[in-house]
Amino acid sequence: MTTLPTEPIPAPLDDAFHPLPEARLLRALNVGDRLYQATLTALALMLPLLLLALVGLLVVKAWPSLQRFGAQFLWTSVWDPVAGTFGAAPMIFGTLASSFLALLLAVPLALGVAIFLTEFAPRWLRAPVAFLVELLAAIPSVVYGLWGIFVLIPFLRAYVVPPLRALLGWTPFLSGVFYGNSLLAGAIILAIMIVPYIAAVSREVLLAVPATQREAALGMGATRWEAVWTAVLPYGRAGIIGAVILGLGRALGETMAVTMVIGNRHDIGASVLAPAYTMAAAIANEFSEATTNLYLSALFEVGLVLFVITVVVNAFARLLIWRVARGAAVGSRAL
Amino acid sequence: MSARRLRRRFTSGLMTLLVCALCGVAVLALFLILGDLVVKGASSLDWNFFVKNPVPAGQAGGGVANAIVGTAIIVGIAALIGLPVGIGTGLYLAEYGSGRLGWTVRFIADVMNGTPSIVVGIFAWTWLVKPMGHFSALAGSVALAVLMVPMIARTSEEMIRLVPHSLREAALALGYPRWRTSLRIVARTALAGIVTGCLVGVARIAGETAPLLFTALGNLNFSTSLLQPMQALSLQIFTYATGPFEDWHRMAWAAALVLMGLVLLLSLAARWAIRQRHVAR
Repeated sequence: MTTLPTEPIPAPLDDAFHPLPEARLLRALNVGDRLYQATLTALALMLPLLLLALVGLLVVKAWPSLQRFGAQFLWTSVWDPVAGTFGAAPMIFGTLASSFLALLLAVPLALGVAIFLTEFAPRWLRAPVAFLVELLAAIPSVVYGLWGIFVLIPFLRAYVVPPLRALLGWTPFLSGVFYGNSLLAGAIILAIMIVPYIAAVSREVLLAVPATQREAALGMGATRWEAVWTAVLPYGRAGIIGAVILGLGRALGETMAVTMVIGNRHDIGASVLAPAYTMAAAIANEFSEATTNLYLSALFEVGLVLFVITVVVNAFARLLIWRVARGAAVGSRAL
Repeated sequence: MSARRLRRRFTSGLMTLLVCALCGVAVLALFLILGDLVVKGASSLDWNFFVKNPVPAGQAGGGVANAIVGTAIIVGIAALIGLPVGIGTGLYLAEYGSGRLGWTVRFIADVMNGTPSIVVGIFAWTWLVKPMGHFSALAGSVALAVLMVPMIARTSEEMIRLVPHSLREAALALGYPRWRTSLRIVARTALAGIVTGCLVGVARIAGETAPLLFTALGNLNFSTSLLQPMQALSLQIFTYATGPFEDWHRMAWAAALVLMGLVLLLSLAARWAIRQRHVAR
């Protein structure tokens, strides 16, 4: 996507150079221009203000909890509303574990989609398949949750977990009872949800790789796959890493689908078959039951931690992607 | 040398197949989900489903009329709030956004595009629900609008930037003031693209649930008052899906099918709008 130059257009000359009546007209028109620019600037300033308001509010509301628990909040695991003790370690663990597991599943899929669509698919197939994959991003989160509860979990229980257990049941990762709602179910749902984002951005990154890269590799006698592996992918590496991190950001903040299938239990365990909890799910589940101020404040602190993590992750991803496609809203159609 | 050549060609073929298969898996996932929605949802769809309100669990019949109307109202108000701000920001970024402020706003928009929606939900709760003393559809709309603005801003900017510079110069050379050039020539030319961005944005927030949990809350009855709790399809699906009754699960699938249909319709409309003026690659 080419970026058009947007140099400021020279302002009308001063009155001194225009002794004609038109000059007054020009100035009169200039008022309209100024008004226009002021209006647009005011609208554009709302986003930064919103961000400040969001952060400010989260900090203010989380303050009692921040003061009471300090940094301990992040690594203690007692979450006892009755006793007024709050430690968010299990949900931070659950958020990270489910998101990274999801990445593990989603990255090969998404890169497969992106590489197939840019390098191997026949031309007529590219647009329709890209549209279908982007449709995955259009499915509402709560519908993913519904599908997870009534289709995915029964499927896992019947066809996936027993053979997995037979094969690798001795490892701590597959120990314990499988109730259905579990880290594994959450991670799979998350993986399907973030595939379209990673695929769309990676695809645009790969499309931005100059054709000469491929031609040079093919000209040197590389096979098509070797051209992709040695010339195309390394060229787009920063952008692809950005795409993956963007997907991670999505996974970290996802709420409804995960809440519905992950089991919502304050626990840290190695087994992916055990129920877990995420920060977003904790807010969704407990916010309306938070009866004491401290409880509410602890939930706001969970929100603050979640927000800070996603902002940092997203900012990092954007900087990486911008390096490849400067300033362009890459993948905006999928977002 | 020949064996090596054979191996390389074999690897290439194998990886081509693998990549093709991975893509197939992604598309298959989409069809599985959509297929299940149709199979499990369609049988519960009848006229009553669209015109009746929910009945208590155990009673036969009932529908989600209140949720359908609620979604339309909440999303409509959100669009009324979010679209002008989003498009205005997009215009700013495209017209004046080359400086530091432009860079900052663009960056913030991209970063906020990934804000967890639940955080926006508690944000709206604190600013609107708590001071007003009760849950309201309006608070839900505001939360959705907040989610919408960054996305609309960036897609609008992209679309406006695609307008050839010569068009702008021609208008200015004819003596058009800059603001009229921007609105009547540039934005007008990019209109199809902007509409597409808006439709995609609306489609995305139409299915949001998390920001509505503590704002619109949900409502068992039919309500059109913006200052009262209001039901939305997504909230209804959540309640029904996590509830214990078989009937509810059936209703959840049907409601999900309706919501998905709505979102698909908006997505297809967006695609159709962009076809009107081919700017995409």
